[in-house]
Amino acid sequence: MTPVMQTNSCGNVLLFFVSCVLSHNFIFSRFLGCCPFLGVSNKVETAAGMGLAVTFVMGLASLFTSAVYQYVLYPLQLTYLDTISFILIIAGLVQFVEMFLKKSSPALYKSLGIYLPLITTNCAVLGVATLNTSAQYDILSAVLNGVFGALGFLLAITLMAGVRERLETSHIPDQFKGFPIGLFIAGLMSVAFMGFNGLV
Amino acid sequence: MNVTAIILSAGVMTVLGVLFGVILTIADKKFKVEVDPRVEAVRACLGGANCGACGYAGCDAFADAVVAGKAPVNGCSPSGAKGAEAIAAIMGVSAEAEERKVARVICQGDCGVAKERYNYDGYTSCATAAGLAGGPKMCRFACIGLGDCAQACAFGAIKIADGLAHIDEEKCVACGQCANICPRGVIALKPVNETVIVSCRNTDSGREARAACMKACIACGRCTKECPNDAIHVEGGVAKIDEAKCTRCGACAKVCPCKCIIDYLDSIE
Repeated sequence: MTPVMQTNSCGNVLLFFVSCVLSHNFIFSRFLGCCPFLGVSNKVETAAGMGLAVTFVMGLASLFTSAVYQYVLYPLQLTYLDTISFILIIAGLVQFVEMFLKKSSPALYKSLGIYLPLITTNCAVLGVATLNTSAQYDILSAVLNGVFGALGFLLAITLMAGVRERLETSHIPDQFKGFPIGLFIAGLMSVAFMGFNGLV
Repeated sequence: MNVTAIILSAGVMTVLGVLFGVILTIADKKFKVEVDPRVEAVRACLGGANCGACGYAGCDAFADAVVAGKAPVNGCSPSGAKGAEAIAAIMGVSAEAEERKVARVICQGDCGVAKERYNYDGYTSCATAAGLAGGPKMCRFACIGLGDCAQACAFGAIKIADGLAHIDEEKCVACGQCANICPRGVIALKPVNETVIVSCRNTDSGREARAACMKACIACGRCTKECPNDAIHVEGGVAKIDEAKCTRCGACAKVCPCKCIIDYLDSIE
């Protein structure tokens, strides 16, 4: 007798979208994926590339991890293996996607390829997988959660890159130049995004 | 102890691992991208320090650009003339040897020579010290001597002695990392055959310059009078050498009252 997992749907897709992108933004309210957010946000172009690559990987990772969780780990009562198996799945998946892109779409590989190995160790990807299981989302909701959450990441990193591009040409006290002012801005943006908290 | 649970968990993880291993092995074969063998050959000729002196993102990017014909075969200064020849042989073109450059510290203000403004006791970084009340040395053009350049050098060519950076000419490959990182801009890349150098950038008036450093250029103009080729002039408070006219005779270095002109040939002998 194998137990079957009770799953929840995300409900209204539009509401879910607003919730993932604005009020439960991965960077500003969950504080996941801060490393690329600060590291790859010097130019809007590269930031957008990174954001799109994360969207791609988070969508796929959500699909595979929630499928494995629901149909393998949960029925076999092995849910304590979730983290280790998610890491394995994400790493293998990213490797596969990288190879696949290199062969099938060199143009896409050029724009996303350099970020893919970085994403393997991005905590947002593992984060979305564990969030999906703790909320017991069904597979479709899990994928939506992954994609929408990553779109929130894309929004955040692109905004950050836009601000940092402007900072290049503005007068900043020497002590705050570079990374320190980046942290200030991240903090201020986070406070601003807290304003969306009452929405959903 | 529940043996089935152990076997089951180990089994599931093994199956997952093997599954991904097999998929990736197949994918590696199936999605193999043919790489131009010249790229790897060129890559093998390079220094491999990923120093960025060529202007590309790293040695791999430079090798790609060379094979694509976008970068010159002698674009890698760390691998020098030998590397350029080897790359040229792979690419089937002739390498035009570029004059070897070397980084020079345009300052002689070590501990005994340059006066200190205050005793800096903070974090060992030129960039930090430079931001603190104009730096620990009186002269605002001086080498701070806390070794940002020595840390940046991938080739171990820079040593700090007596609060001044010293460059090992033999080890220096003129990648320019030190010049980029120096908050004062004290380090300049110069062709190795320019052996007579005004090693001071202080443009202050003679009195101020002298008050800050014993080896500062005081713009006295004795070098101009001594030069047989009219190659050295005082411009904006500091002596400058016109390299086109200079014959590296070293006459200016001999008469400089502040010893701020260095004749490298002389100092080697």
